[in-house]
Amino acid sequence: MATNEEIQKDLEKREYDAGFTTDIESDTLPPGLNEDVIRHISAKKNEPQWLLDWRLEAYRHWLTMEEPTWAAVDYTPTDYQSISYYSAPKPADSGPDSLDEVDPKLLETYDKLGIPLREQEFLAGVKNIAVDAVFDSVSVATTFKGKLKDAGVIFCPISEAVHDYPELVQKYLGSVVPQGDNFFAALNSAVFTDGSFVYIPKGVRCPMELSTYFRINALNTGQFERTLIIADEGSHVSYLEGCTAPMRDENQLHAAVVELVALDDAEIKYATVQNWYPGDENGVGGIYNFVTKRADCRGDRSKVSWTQVETGSAITWKYPSCILRGDDSVGKFFSVAVTTNCQQADTGTKMIHLGKNTKSTIISKGISAGRAQQSYRGLVRMGKNAENARNFTQCDSLLLGDKCGAHTFPYVEVKNATATLEHEATTSKIGEDQLFYCQQRGLSEEDAVNMIVNGFCKDVFDELPMEFAVEANRLMEVSLEGSVG
Amino acid sequence: MIEIKDLHVSVEGKKILKGLNLTINAGEVHAIMGPNGAGKSTLSNVIAGRDGYEITGGSITYKGDDLLEMSPEERAWAGVFLAFQYPVEIPGVNNTYLLKAGVNAKRKHQGLEELDAFDFMKTVKEKAALVELDPSFLSRSVNEGFSGGEKKRNEIFQMAVLEPSLALLDETDSGLDIDALRIVAGGVNKLRSPDRAIVMITHYQRLLDYIEPDFVHVLADGVIQKTGDKSLALELEEHGYDWVKENK
Ligand SMILES: Nc1ncnc2c1ncn2[C@@H]1O[C@H](COP(=O)(O)OP(=O)(O)O)[C@@H](O)[C@H]1O
Ligand SMILES: [Mg+2]
Repeated sequence: MATNEEIQKDLEKREYDAGFTTDIESDTLPPGLNEDVIRHISAKKNEPQWLLDWRLEAYRHWLTMEEPTWAAVDYTPTDYQSISYYSAPKPADSGPDSLDEVDPKLLETYDKLGIPLREQEFLAGVKNIAVDAVFDSVSVATTFKGKLKDAGVIFCPISEAVHDYPELVQKYLGSVVPQGDNFFAALNSAVFTDGSFVYIPKGVRCPMELSTYFRINALNTGQFERTLIIADEGSHVSYLEGCTAPMRDENQLHAAVVELVALDDAEIKYATVQNWYPGDENGVGGIYNFVTKRADCRGDRSKVSWTQVETGSAITWKYPSCILRGDDSVGKFFSVAVTTNCQQADTGTKMIHLGKNTKSTIISKGISAGRAQQSYRGLVRMGKNAENARNFTQCDSLLLGDKCGAHTFPYVEVKNATATLEHEATTSKIGEDQLFYCQQRGLSEEDAVNMIVNGFCKDVFDELPMEFAVEANRLMEVSLEGSVG
Repeated sequence: MIEIKDLHVSVEGKKILKGLNLTINAGEVHAIMGPNGAGKSTLSNVIAGRDGYEITGGSITYKGDDLLEMSPEERAWAGVFLAFQYPVEIPGVNNTYLLKAGVNAKRKHQGLEELDAFDFMKTVKEKAALVELDPSFLSRSVNEGFSGGEKKRNEIFQMAVLEPSLALLDETDSGLDIDALRIVAGGVNKLRSPDRAIVMITHYQRLLDYIEPDFVHVLADGVIQKTGDKSLALELEEHGYDWVKENK
């Protein structure tokens, strides 16, 4: 039977099966960032003046900001002049009108990744998901647009929404994450290229899961996508996001912004399976994942849940948050983060309680192996009007081996005496006794590790939509692959 | 079925087993008794293949193979089952799911098809009834929040599902009240069969009233001091372990 050390060694051998590149001709801007580059991006997308002004304002603000250093991660800072800020597979300057226009190589790429873009493939099975596929800087395909339109749901690339639904975009863009919110959000606001736009009208329950699949392909490009989801009064939507990138020795920057707005009685469930290339076992390469995700529970009784399964990226800097503005609004954060080899993750959430009777739940499960370092960083703030607000936080860490680390930084600010907070935290090692028990019942050591780790994550996996839970399980198994000596 | 010859085992440099010999045939039921710390659990753990025990001498042959060369799961596939003295809790892992994975791993090893979920559930329910395990335990996390007695009952239930050739029951009777003991013992009795050997580690004669052993062994000072039939257990009850050592 293998010791923890052996398990750890095996974990270091994990393989990244989304690490291929697609050989496709692209239209890529030379590296560098200045106002002309931003004008160029804006012109490529044929944007209205207000958006160009908005971008330039963000850029000028960004120039005055410094990259944050407070996170417990250690990396070579990005040289922002060495990145290309726009790359699109030719000839798609804007999204194609039908799949027939999509380059077969792209379809093949998504097929290989298990993301079918042909609608009939869904119809045959139980799956009921509409997909927006973003390849480098542009959306290459959005499925089921027609069926969604019948229900009144808007689901399209944000670059398209700028033209087709300018009032909605102008009203909500930056209303949750302002241009100058933080260094990476400012950069994103200046140079964002694509992402998904979702609007669910009043009282509509979105008839299918919506999902966006982000793929970085080109070398030396950053991906700066921008997602905006608006759930109007009494509506409901479940949204899934997946991410992968090829294996490369260079670090690549991914600085996304996701804004969610939930009006009265609306509910948004946002799930992420993040599997960006994590770098090799020596920490060479991998994605810098510096992401700002925030939900504004603007309406009374609105609900937002963030569920994330994070197995990828070299460096993760990510705090999906909820502003619980409406009375009786509810925010939830369920997270599983796996770090192996030299991965570093500083992740957590912020729950900002402003309204009365607001409720938040935070469940964070961190699994570390190899020399990985992982931190949970969470803020729970109870504003002075947050009468009877409640928070429950549970942070559990599981360590495989003794060269990895888990850290917890829970911050709490309470300005209302009627608010209640509960916090639980545990750190454990995968038990030799648990492994032996499973093996005695006939499981191989690898299966035993998977089973115990999946059990550890159960509270979070239970929150994922069915198909995603299967995907998450599979991903965990791949991440922990090779645990037999 | 299993032949243990001159087995020497140390734990953290401390000699626990010092030349133990024991042979068990199919169809037999053996009881091993002995003072606390004598090495009874050590023996069962070594047979099951647990890490952390240093085998400094001797051999164990199981169904003709060198058992000590096999991984714990290979031993499980070959029919070795250990009912743990202290069953561990595994949060979030469904009791039945674990068992199903175990059964299917074994079947795969034997070149058989995986059991279909429906058939498996049917078997599981039958076996649960054998030890009167409430069906609600089937879908709970492995041993989590089970009482001491419920954990032991769960172990015998697992034994019933896995259908081992050699079952080692390490103090399965400890922590059971009288009624539970009767039920669990009844379950074990139903699992007695001509091609299965059962080894019960116990401190109490009481268990042997329910499950009649063919042989009773006394393990002390690292070896089997004395072997007899079930009357040996009665004598032990009366005279204590020191008597055994003096009357070898
Ligand atoms: N993991 C261990 N580390 C140190 N000592 C151990 C360990 N396991 C068993 N021992 C020691 O080995 C001896 C035999 O233990 P055990 O086999 O559990 O006895 P029994 O089951 O007969 O009561 C005891 O002295 C015990 O303290
Ligand atoms: Mg013992």
